[in-house]
Amino acid sequence: MNAAHESAAMMATAAAESNAPLLRLDGIRFRRNGRVILDNAELSVGGGEIVTLIGPNGAGKSTLVKIALNLLAADAGVVTRAPNLRIGYVPQLTAFDPTLPLNVRRFLDLAGRGRGRGNADAAAAGRALTQAGAADLRDAPLQELSGGEMRRVLLARALLRDPDLLILDEPGAGMDINGQVELYRLFQAIRARRHCAILLVSHDLYMVMAATDRVFCLNRHLCCSGQPEDVRRHPQFLALFGARAAAELAVYQHHHDHEHGLHGDIRPAGATAGDVVSTAAESPAGDDGAGAGAGAADSRPAGAARVAPESPSPPNSHSARDRPTHG
Amino acid sequence: MDDFLIRALLGGIGVALLCGPLGCLVVWQRMAYFGAALSHAALLGVALGLFLHLNLQFAILLVSLAVSALLALMSRRRDLSSDTVLGILAHGALALGLVLLAALPGIRVDLAGYLFGDLLAINRADLVWIYAGGAAAMTVLLRIWRPLLSLIISRDLARVDGVAEPRIRALFFILLSVVVAVSMQVVGILLIVSLLIIPAATARHFAGSPEAMAALAALFGVAAVGGGLSLSLIADTPAGPSIVTVGAGMFAAVAITRGRATG
Repeated sequence: MNAAHESAAMMATAAAESNAPLLRLDGIRFRRNGRVILDNAELSVGGGEIVTLIGPNGAGKSTLVKIALNLLAADAGVVTRAPNLRIGYVPQLTAFDPTLPLNVRRFLDLAGRGRGRGNADAAAAGRALTQAGAADLRDAPLQELSGGEMRRVLLARALLRDPDLLILDEPGAGMDINGQVELYRLFQAIRARRHCAILLVSHDLYMVMAATDRVFCLNRHLCCSGQPEDVRRHPQFLALFGARAAAELAVYQHHHDHEHGLHGDIRPAGATAGDVVSTAAESPAGDDGAGAGAGAADSRPAGAARVAPESPSPPNSHSARDRPTHG
Repeated sequence: MDDFLIRALLGGIGVALLCGPLGCLVVWQRMAYFGAALSHAALLGVALGLFLHLNLQFAILLVSLAVSALLALMSRRRDLSSDTVLGILAHGALALGLVLLAALPGIRVDLAGYLFGDLLAINRADLVWIYAGGAAAMTVLLRIWRPLLSLIISRDLARVDGVAEPRIRALFFILLSVVVAVSMQVVGILLIVSLLIIPAATARHFAGSPEAMAALAALFGVAAVGGGLSLSLIADTPAGPSIVTVGAGMFAAVAITRGRATG
């Protein structure tokens, strides 16, 4: 067992034993206009953790996040937040209404609740902008920002609230790989500095695999969860993402082979095959649907992937074999 | 200068000052049609006021609030779009008001005065209504300005930050109802919305912040009142439409000369 895996396991154990998760959703059901959007979905984020929620389009990711944020009310299920939890939310907001004249500074000022007033608020806003890599946007009108700039400003706004938990909806959407790598480095830096937990919604598998502690794979219900290494091998995961997953994972593997020296402290390449696969990821058939909602995500050992209902046989082996043609 | 002119000017300025910031809020929220619906319903308020011997502004305020509440209820229905609901309420209330006014026994009402305003006939009691109602409205507006702006910028962000959306929205509807009630005398039911949106739209070209836009809108409104009243005196035209005409002229001039700058 390698050091990174161990520390992740320790982190998860610590979260389970000493302090309750910051945020936890259990057995969430949500319908709209008679259509079931979420059924028995779950999610949990522990202190200081980077968690990614992945799933195909229409899987209900954004809905689940909105339920977590109390923006939507679930039809059934339990949402538990740590007491006095401060959440910084970065929504998918790309275009800004041009009828309202507003520059970045004033936008951040509105978020700051006007407590400190004047200089203190301005200094805090400046720090948040710098940390989000948007210091030069201070005086820019909001409606003239590009999508990427807007996201940085929104991140600065979220940081300004000094959050315990940052929630970002598709932060890398529309960015190229370099932009995303930079973005995820930024998240790591923010966590290191502020010790806050981060919940990301993403469908970008490459980034998920590279920079996340724990993954929840959602498709109306929770399909599987665990560390990225486990989840990416999970039959349900592969069934959901199919050929694209294969391609992405090929990229990932390539990256892995050539850069494991640089990533040594995070996830050594040599350790992938043996110890990680051994957990629940290998036995999809035995579980039934009822089990999915009951167990606590952080009470089981790190690295265990939960297996949730439906699609009993893994129809993915061919896509795994296809990999060389993509790579 | 004659007494009635001073009263007209004071009344017009009071309404313009109130309409500046509120008009910006209407423009930012794309609620022009909502404002039109409220003001159309004001005629129903006039009819009820005359029928029940209530103060007209008070009756208009009551009807506006009722229409706002009804609208909030009906907008939960997903099978009708909000502009359809607004149209039904606006014209239903306007038609009902006209029917009631016609059916009132023994009263000949000056319908044109309600529809297009009668600023030159404004009296001291009206002025008290405008300035007392306006001051109260501005006080509330200052209190909800920040949370309301946050909601307009992003509803989700504001709610995550803890803005009490239903309360803030309800207060905003009340403010808008007050504006409709006090503006009717100045420009009339059919033109109230123009007093809200034209100065705000004109101010957008110059403003760099929401507050600047609100202040400039108030100034443009005052200028339109002054210009419109002058036009009305010189050309012997109705005051309300003259004010709106001058306002629209200012907007056109600004849009043409500065159109390229803001696109």
